[in-house]
Amino acid sequence: MMLSIKLAYRNLVGAGLRTWLNVFVLSFVYVLIIWHYGVIDGWNYQAKKDMREWEVGNGQYWQQNYDPYDYFTLEESHAIIPESFNIGITGGNIAPVLINQGSVYPDGRIKSMILKGIDPDQKVIALPTAALKAESEEMPVIMGRRMAKSCKLKEGDVTTIRWRDVNGTFDAKEVEVVDIFDCDVPNVDAGQIWLSIEDLREMMQAPGEATLLILGEESEIKEDIPGWEYKDLDFLMSEMDEMIKIKRIGGGFLYLVLIILAMLAIFDTQVLSIFRRQKEIGTYIAMGMTRNQVVSLFTVEGAMHAILAVIVGAVYGIPFFLWQMKVGFSMPAGTDDMGLAIAETIFPVYGIGLILVTVLLVLIITTIVSYMPARKISKMNPTEAIKGKIQ
Amino acid sequence: MKNSEIVKISGLVKKFPMAGGFFTALDKIDLTFGEGEFAGFVGPSGSGKTTMLNIIGSLDTPSEGNAIVLDNDINQLSSHKAALLRRKHLGFIFQTYNLLPVYTVFENVEFPLLLLRMSASQRKKAVLDALEWVGLSDKVKSRPAQLSGGECQRVAIARAMVKKPLLVLADEPTANLDSDNSHHILKTMEKLNKDLLTTFIFATHDDKVIRYLRRKISLRDGKVTADEIVKN
Ligand SMILES: Nc1ncnc2c1ncn2[C@@H]1O[C@H](COP(=O)(O)OP(=O)(O)OP(=O)(O)O)[C@@H](O)[C@H]1O
Ligand SMILES: [Mg+2]
Repeated sequence: MMLSIKLAYRNLVGAGLRTWLNVFVLSFVYVLIIWHYGVIDGWNYQAKKDMREWEVGNGQYWQQNYDPYDYFTLEESHAIIPESFNIGITGGNIAPVLINQGSVYPDGRIKSMILKGIDPDQKVIALPTAALKAESEEMPVIMGRRMAKSCKLKEGDVTTIRWRDVNGTFDAKEVEVVDIFDCDVPNVDAGQIWLSIEDLREMMQAPGEATLLILGEESEIKEDIPGWEYKDLDFLMSEMDEMIKIKRIGGGFLYLVLIILAMLAIFDTQVLSIFRRQKEIGTYIAMGMTRNQVVSLFTVEGAMHAILAVIVGAVYGIPFFLWQMKVGFSMPAGTDDMGLAIAETIFPVYGIGLILVTVLLVLIITTIVSYMPARKISKMNPTEAIKGKIQ
Repeated sequence: MKNSEIVKISGLVKKFPMAGGFFTALDKIDLTFGEGEFAGFVGPSGSGKTTMLNIIGSLDTPSEGNAIVLDNDINQLSSHKAALLRRKHLGFIFQTYNLLPVYTVFENVEFPLLLLRMSASQRKKAVLDALEWVGLSDKVKSRPAQLSGGECQRVAIARAMVKKPLLVLADEPTANLDSDNSHHILKTMEKLNKDLLTTFIFATHDDKVIRYLRRKISLRDGKVTADEIVKN
């Protein structure tokens, strides 16, 4: 084996350009796969972090009727907050949110949306709720960039919102957009308007009530409370985790195509060299190499492309990865409309595991692909091979 | 085996499958070669010279009869054992040199020693010695493409001789060389034969080679037609 490695190295370096072409192709595969997964992982990491910071907090309590997928039950999905939460709320560790259905009239068009009331002083999620304390003639509201765009509203605009009160009759009120925030979490942006929870309670005639409670980092209550169900992070993030899984599978497809292309290059080189180097193979055998030694030499030669590629890939890949980690990767415009949580700039995350698995996988596949044609050597007739006759 | 007997061939027949039967390339050959011989198979093209050397070199097997090479019955040898026999005791010189093009002269000559797992310092000494025998000490770092045909064949001789094998098989070693170069490499081999007692068996139809042989075995259509000791 040591001999094979030594000879394979001599042969590869001696072969020059062809070797380096293959090595470069392979190194490109490494770098691209690692970078691609780095971006996906960086994106996932940021999306999950944003989702926790902006939306789900450290877990939530839901009023038992609350179903985020069924807006028509929102009317029955709020209740008085149980007393056991009071310490948390006053301590700033729990942020109650009251939710109702409503509509907004930008430019005289009707557009249904969700009204979310929250304490302007809350510190549990990153939402800039302090803006709701603005001095304003009309009731202050805030919304995300997406919502503002779809309603064609700007900061300072006044518009009309409508909602149904306890008696089922429609009420209307003028509101002023006091802040438009930038956020990559669609669940706090698209199709919703935020206002002070006290304002919304008044509008709904639901004093002291909430639909859900967002828990902060220090919150310790974890059990269900009559009428309120505890939702842990696994549950709240499950949709996101599902999406991440799908994206990783999509990435895996690219992975596969790249590896197949690189392997075709290696396979082609191997088949060609076994064909062209018959005389050399015959000479090896005449000088006393066993057939297995020759097969192993050619296999190692092929596999060594993958090892040299690690070195070459590291030479330009590591500076590239570090640079990307620093400046981030700007997503092309337009991805916004996919409705996913997408930050404009992704900072790739490169796990050691990812790098090891990629390198190992490529190495194993290269070895197999190199071995397959090399096996033919053991079926060669040495007397023919020495003459370099074409078989 | 008698101590001095290197090769013993008896009743050897080699047949190659052909369309509609067999072609007999070697027909009932009986021969022995002793230690230190400088012998050659001589005959026209197609007479079976290369086939003979291939069998002695354990690269091919007889169809009938026996070939005993250094106590090994070629018929009984596994491909692994045959490889070991070649590795330890046989050297080959080919008409087309068969040097490894990507290796330097040094690395080409070193190759058989790598297979024998010699230490680096032993290898270096042996390679430099062998290159001195063939007068190529100044070409250590050259690659085959940078050498003349004669120099290439001298590298091939050094490669065959570097491990001091008991038997060297040389198939038309001068076919691609002019007469000056031919004489030069033959003198080199003759000297090695005398200094190291290495047995040489040639296959040739080149008069320049034939003049150096001390034993001339004439082949025609796969049969030995003469086996003469030549005094020169
Ligand atoms: N593998 C083979 N299959 C079929 N026939 C073969 C094979 N090898 C050799 N022969 C035949 O056996 C005969 C002897 O061949 P060989 O190569 O030994 O001749 P040679 O004396 O070395 O000739 P040359 O001087 O041209 O090298 C030739 O007629 C050749 O065609
Ligand atoms: Mg021949």
